[in-house]
Amino acid sequence: MTPVIKVENISKAYQIGQIGTGTLSRDVDRFWKTKILGKEDPFLKIGETNDRSIKGESDIVWSLKDINFDINQGDAVGIIGKNGAGKSTLLKLLSRVTSPTTGSIKVKGRIASLLEVGTGFHPELSGRENIYLNGAILGMRKKEITRKLDEIIDFSGVERYIDTPVKRYSSGMYVRLAFAVAAHLESEILIVDEVLAVGDAEFQKKCLGKMGDISKGEGRTVLFVSHNMAAVKSLCNKGIVLENGKVLFSGTTDDAITHYLQGDMINQRLIDIKQRSGNRKVIFKSVKVYGKDETLNPVTGDKMTLEFEIENPLNLSSSDVRFDMRIDDNFGQRLAWVSTSLKDNVVILNTNKIIVYFDKNPFERGVFFVTVYLGVNNEDSDLIENAFSFVVEEGNYFKIGSKVPEGQSKLLIDFNIKYQ
Amino acid sequence: MQKQEDQDWDLVIKGRSSLFDLRLGELWNYRDLLVMFVKRDFVSFYKQTILGPLWFFIQPIFTTIVFSFVFGNLAGISTDGAPKYLFYLTGITSWAYFSDCLTKTSTVFKDNASIFGKVYFPRLIMPLSIVVSNLVRFGVQLSLLLCMMTYFYIFPMKGSSFHVTSALVLFPFLVILMALLGLGLGLIITAMTTKYRDLTFLVTFGVQLLMYATPVIYPLSYAREKGYATLVELNPMTGIIETFRYAFIGTGEFNLLSLGYSALITLLILVIGVIIFNKTEKNFVDTI
Repeated sequence: MTPVIKVENISKAYQIGQIGTGTLSRDVDRFWKTKILGKEDPFLKIGETNDRSIKGESDIVWSLKDINFDINQGDAVGIIGKNGAGKSTLLKLLSRVTSPTTGSIKVKGRIASLLEVGTGFHPELSGRENIYLNGAILGMRKKEITRKLDEIIDFSGVERYIDTPVKRYSSGMYVRLAFAVAAHLESEILIVDEVLAVGDAEFQKKCLGKMGDISKGEGRTVLFVSHNMAAVKSLCNKGIVLENGKVLFSGTTDDAITHYLQGDMINQRLIDIKQRSGNRKVIFKSVKVYGKDETLNPVTGDKMTLEFEIENPLNLSSSDVRFDMRIDDNFGQRLAWVSTSLKDNVVILNTNKIIVYFDKNPFERGVFFVTVYLGVNNEDSDLIENAFSFVVEEGNYFKIGSKVPEGQSKLLIDFNIKYQ
Repeated sequence: MQKQEDQDWDLVIKGRSSLFDLRLGELWNYRDLLVMFVKRDFVSFYKQTILGPLWFFIQPIFTTIVFSFVFGNLAGISTDGAPKYLFYLTGITSWAYFSDCLTKTSTVFKDNASIFGKVYFPRLIMPLSIVVSNLVRFGVQLSLLLCMMTYFYIFPMKGSSFHVTSALVLFPFLVILMALLGLGLGLIITAMTTKYRDLTFLVTFGVQLLMYATPVIYPLSYAREKGYATLVELNPMTGIIETFRYAFIGTGEFNLLSLGYSALITLLILVIGVIIFNKTEKNFVDTI
């Protein structure tokens, strides 16, 4: 396999904080030191790792630092990482929106990037005119667009409104049209940011299908950034995990996702989460989610444990504290609700830990998001929406190796069935 | 071996590149985009207006009337024997094209930050499309000038006369000069405004003030009479506007030397502008 993208020692420094007063004097200072005195650029020397949660000394941070990887032709690569890991910066560099501070990226073939759908759409122009405009912005030639026009209109499903100005479109129609143009780009390499988080479920499925065709059927290379692990898993065959501007892992999708989530699992600190409500008498400190034993990931059908560490400075007893937990799927659909109020024989290891376990994990493989709640004597103490997520790996729920077809169900139940 | 491998790559993205790596070939590949932008500007200009493209006429007509009244009648500045309306209209038409090119290109980065931040295409396409869109507008206004000239030819005004001269063959050259001068200055300014916003304020009134240093509302001979000729002649627009006026109505000075000076300055500004613009486009997203 020949690499079509070769990323070598890419770094990108950003200045954080206010850019405004002082830029001129700093520019002059910098120019003086580097060009006249021939010293090292002071701007680059003081850079530090981009860790959002730690207060840094300097106002220059490395959003990406010494990134190296190769991407082969026909690969669909998922780029995953937490917010601020440098995913978007990497995409920006690859799509040439901005340029790296150091290093180089070598590319074979045409790159089309979709950091946003509908870039450059003009509200006053009709759908048809916007197809041409947006296509041209994305790098298509006019005759290329004319050739594909029918296909694009057909894919978008807004044929009836195609000669209406797009300002009259519903937001869904707008996105459909925009994605349709992008999906028909004839580039060898397609870069996609999380643009699929739009449109209805049917259209999302269509988009994912189209992207799957692009990478699998047409042998083109796709780079895909997403927080939707299910989408990454179904679409990509390779994965790159970024953390704090560095490549944490590069390999198969499954391993990458495991790595990404494991990174989470070790350090699922809930105490740092700012978006929470309640009087904070007892609060969540951290959580660990694991399968058969503490080192294994949760697997469908096996035992799964969620272990919460809580901070209980007032030493409240378990009869005063109420714990609720809701598990949603990646579309925010509510799947399950667990609460101490539903049970009377709650197991307490000690007053600083709450352990929830399922003897037979009912969740089908995928990502699940958990909202947690602690209450003390009918008052909210700590409520964190979407506090953390966990991934369930494929397992053997029915013990005979049978599987529910993909996408048919998120939850599995034991049942009896017979002919009569 | 390493070198051989390097040659296979279609594109190398690097932090620094040569100052003179202008990638003009790439620009040519995106010519369809330029056409689309021009079309967009034109169509979106008059969509949902009642008078539509007529607005292109209204502005110069009213400016001409006001100028004729204020500078011609009240201030009594001579027009070198040309009909007042024609004199001001030639000045306004050509100056408007230059100033439109300048002011619109000077905000390219700021106005298009959202597009530029999301997708790559040669950034130079955007200012070029502005210059070409304005050309459409200029063309429409030029037709107004031709109508007025026909009118004054059939019904001559007392005490004034005008005639078309052979300098008219220079017309395309003059238009290109105006476009490139506006473009070059605009590119320099837009590149600087990504960091120093102050310049935006400077441009709007700077262009207005610059008009008074250009023979738009007075003939060059009038400035000479008053002893300000050197100052006015330093302005590269002077040669262009004087020649323009000479070509269409036969007043003003046609001086190859002055025109050559304008061309030279234009070229210089354009080259500097394109280089600075290209250098800025790579990273401006981070600072704007």
